Amino acid sequence: MSADTPTLDVRELKTHFFTKAGVARAVDGVSFTVGKGEVVGLVGESGSGKSVTGFSIIGLVDPPGRVVSGEVLYNGQNLLDLSDEGMRKLRGDRIAMIFQDPMMTLNPVLRVDTQMVETIRAHDPSVSKTDALARARDALGQVGIPAPDERLRSYPHQFSGGMRQRVAIAIALLNKPDLIIADEPTTALDVTIQGQILYEAQKLCRETGTSMIWITHDLAVVAGLADKICVMYGGRIVEQGGIDDVLDHPVHPYTRGLLGSVPGHNTRGQRLYQIPGMAPSLLNLPEGCAFQARCPRADSACRVEPEITKPVEGREVRCFHPHLDRNEEVGA
Amino acid sequence: MSEAMLQIDDLTKNFVKKLDVAGKIAQKLGSNVREEVVHAVDGVSFSIEKGGVVGLVGESGCGKSTLGRMIAGILRPTSGRIVYKDVALTEMNPEEAKRAALEIQMIFQDPFASLNPRMRVVDIIGEAPVAHGFCKASEIHEYVSEVMQRVGLDPEYRRRFPHQFSGGQRQRIGIARALAVKPEFLVCDEAIAALDVSIQAQVINLFMDLREDLDLTYLFISHDLSVVEHISDRVVIMYLGRIVEIAETDELFDAPNHPYTEALLNEVPRVDQRGLDYKPVEGEIPSPLDPPSGCHFHPRCPHANERCRAERPVLREIAPKRWSACHLNDGT
Ligand SMILES: Nc1ncnc2c1ncn2[C@@H]1O[C@H](COP(=O)(O)OP(=O)(O)OP(=O)(O)O)[C@@H](O)[C@H]1O
Ligand SMILES: Nc1ncnc2c1ncn2[C@@H]1O[C@H](COP(=O)(O)OP(=O)(O)OP(=O)(O)O)[C@@H](O)[C@H]1O
Ligand code: SF4
Ligand code: SF4
Ligand SMILES: [Mg+2]
Ligand SMILES: [Mg+2]
Repeated sequence: MSADTPTLDVRELKTHFFTKAGVARAVDGVSFTVGKGEVVGLVGESGSGKSVTGFSIIGLVDPPGRVVSGEVLYNGQNLLDLSDEGMRKLRGDRIAMIFQDPMMTLNPVLRVDTQMVETIRAHDPSVSKTDALARARDALGQVGIPAPDERLRSYPHQFSGGMRQRVAIAIALLNKPDLIIADEPTTALDVTIQGQILYEAQKLCRETGTSMIWITHDLAVVAGLADKICVMYGGRIVEQGGIDDVLDHPVHPYTRGLLGSVPGHNTRGQRLYQIPGMAPSLLNLPEGCAFQARCPRADSACRVEPEITKPVEGREVRCFHPHLDRNEEVGA
Repeated sequence: MSEAMLQIDDLTKNFVKKLDVAGKIAQKLGSNVREEVVHAVDGVSFSIEKGGVVGLVGESGCGKSTLGRMIAGILRPTSGRIVYKDVALTEMNPEEAKRAALEIQMIFQDPFASLNPRMRVVDIIGEAPVAHGFCKASEIHEYVSEVMQRVGLDPEYRRRFPHQFSGGQRQRIGIARALAVKPEFLVCDEAIAALDVSIQAQVINLFMDLREDLDLTYLFISHDLSVVEHISDRVVIMYLGRIVEIAETDELFDAPNHPYTEALLNEVPRVDQRGLDYKPVEGEIPSPLDPPSGCHFHPRCPHANERCRAERPVLREIAPKRWSACHLNDGT
C-alpha cells in the first residue's frame, strides 16, 4: 500500500433493488475516493442513492437489494470480497456509520450504557466494565449530552429526537474509527449543538486522520466542513470536485438548481426557486440523462447516457451541456 | 392581534422516570436515589392567530416536540390550558374533540417511528380520509395519488411499504398523510429537515400556497433558522423548557434581544462560509434533569451576573409585540 492510497476508493459501484415492480437501480455506477483525514460531502436529491451508497460500503444492503458490481477498496482491500464475519469485525471498529435514523443504531429495549459498553468491549474485550463506562460517559459529554451519568441509565425513548441522534453519534465515535460514514447526522440538531458535533468530528479528522463521508442535504454544513463534494442524482454522481470550485462555479444544471433553491436572508416570504418537475421513479428512468425531463438545457443529445467528462480542472461531470460561462447566475 | 386560533396558557409537562426494581430497593435501604423528573415544558404561554405561521426554535431537547404533541392532543399536559377556537381541549364535548383531532394535524419529526411498517402507503395516507368521508373507499387510489403528487411523491410508489423509501420520501409520506384530511392547523415538527433543498423548496412553497388557498395556520418547529426566517411571521425561541423570546420575524433576525437568540443567529451556517474551524459550545450544556438556577441560560451566557444565577427572569413585553426573558432588559 503506497502512501497515497486513499482510505476509501469506490469504483463503479452498482447496487440494485430487485422488487416485484421492477429493478430499482438505486446506485448505478458511483466512483469517488476519500483520502486520509479528508471529508467528502455527499449531497443530492432525496432518493438519489446517498444512503444506499453508504450501506453498500459497509455491507448492510438487505434483500431485495444487492451490490451487483464494482469495488469498494478500503486501504487497498476490496471490502466486497470480505466474508460477513470479516465485515462485521470491521464495522463499528475501523469503519462506523451514523445512520439517518438513529433507531437503526439504538436498541429500544436496552439501556444506553449497556449498548455503549457492549460496543467498546466487542472490539476490545480486555477493557474493564468500569473503564468502558467511563469512556461511554466521556463520549456522551463530547456530543453535548448533559448529565451523562443519568442519561447513561436511560432508554432511547426517553431522549428527544436530537439527543437520540447524538447518542448514535457518540457510539460511532467510541472506537475512533478510520472511516466514518455519517448520514444526515446533524439534521435534527440546533445550530449551537451542531457546531459542537462538527467540532468533535473535525478534531477527529485532524488529530487522528479519520476520514469521513458526510451525507447531507444541508449545503451550508458541507460548505463549512468538507474538502470535496459529490452531487448525486438518480443513482449517479453527476458532479464532483473541490468544495470551493463546485459551490462557487457549479457546472451541472442539477447542482445549479440545488444551490438556487437554498432559502436565505433575501428570500423572506417569497416563493423559493424550485427545480421544475418531480424526481423520476427509479423504476422507469428515461433513456439517457436522468435529469432531462427537468433540465432547462436538455436536448436530443441527452437521450444517451452522458459519460464522465472533465470540462474544468479537478472536476468530474456527467452532462453534455455543462455551464462553462463563469458569470452566469446560479439557479437559472 | 387578530382572533387567536390557538391559545396556550402556562402549559407544563413533566416526565417522571420511575425507579426500576434495583432503585426501589436501594431507596428502601436508605440510599438517596430519587425518581428523576424532566421538566420538558415549563410554564409556556403564547397564541397563534388564524392564518398565522409561528416558528418554534430552540435547542435540541428543550421541549419543542413535547409542546407540539400536547397541542396535537397526543400528550396530556401536566398542567396549564390549550384553548383551540375558544374552547379548552380538556373541556370539549366528544363531538368537538373529534373535530379538533381532525383539524389539528401533526407532521412528526421521526417519520420512521410514526409510519406503520406493515401498511402500504396508499392505506397510510388514505385510511383517515376514507374513514372521515373525504373520499369514497372506491376512490382511494385517485385521492391518494393526487395528495402524493402535491408533496412531490411519485404515485406509482403507492403500493409500497415505508421501508422501501428513502428518508426524505418517508417524511413526505407523513406530510401527505396530514394533508389528506384537510386540516386547519398544522403542527410541523422538523417536517422538512430530512428533505434535500430542492424538495424542501417545493414543500415550503406548498405550505405557503396552502396557507393562502385554505387559510391554514401553522406551528412550525424547526432548528433551521433559514427556513424559519423564510416561512414564519412570528418566532418563538425556547431554551430548556421555557420561552426566552417572542418577536416578529423581521425584528428577531434584524435585532435579537435575548443572548441565547443572539448565540443562535451567530451560528447559522451559510453556504458562502468555507473551511470553518468549528468551536465547542462555551460553558456547560445544562441538563433538563437538573436545570440551572435562576436564568437557565446563565452557565453559557456571556452577560451573566449574580442576579441571573439567583432569579428567574420573567417573559415580559419589552416593546410592542415583542417579549423577552432577560434581566438585561431591566437595566437603565
Ligand atoms: N428496500 C428497498 N426496496 C426498494 N427500493 C428501495 C429500498 N431501499 C431504498 N430503495 C430506493 O432506493 C433509492 C435510493 O434510496 P436512498 O435511501 O439511498 O436515498 P437517499 O439519497 O439517501 O435519499 P434521502 O435524502 O431522502 O435520504 C430510493 O429511490 C429508494 O426508494
Ligand atoms: N417519553 C419521555 N420520557 C421521558 N423523558 C422524555 C420523554 N419524551 C421527552 N422526554 C424529555 O423531555 C425533554 C424534551 O424533549 P422533546 O422531545 O420535547 O425535545 P425537542 O425540543 O423536540 O428536541 P429535539 O430538537 O432534539 O427534537 C428531553 O429532555 C427529553 O429527554
Ligand atoms: S446531459 Fe442534458 S439533460 Fe442531462 S443535465 Fe446535461 S444538459 Fe441537462
Ligand atoms: S438573564 Fe442573565 S444569564 Fe439570562 S440571558 Fe439575560 S443576561 Fe444572560
Ligand atoms: Mg438517505
Ligand atoms: Mg423534537
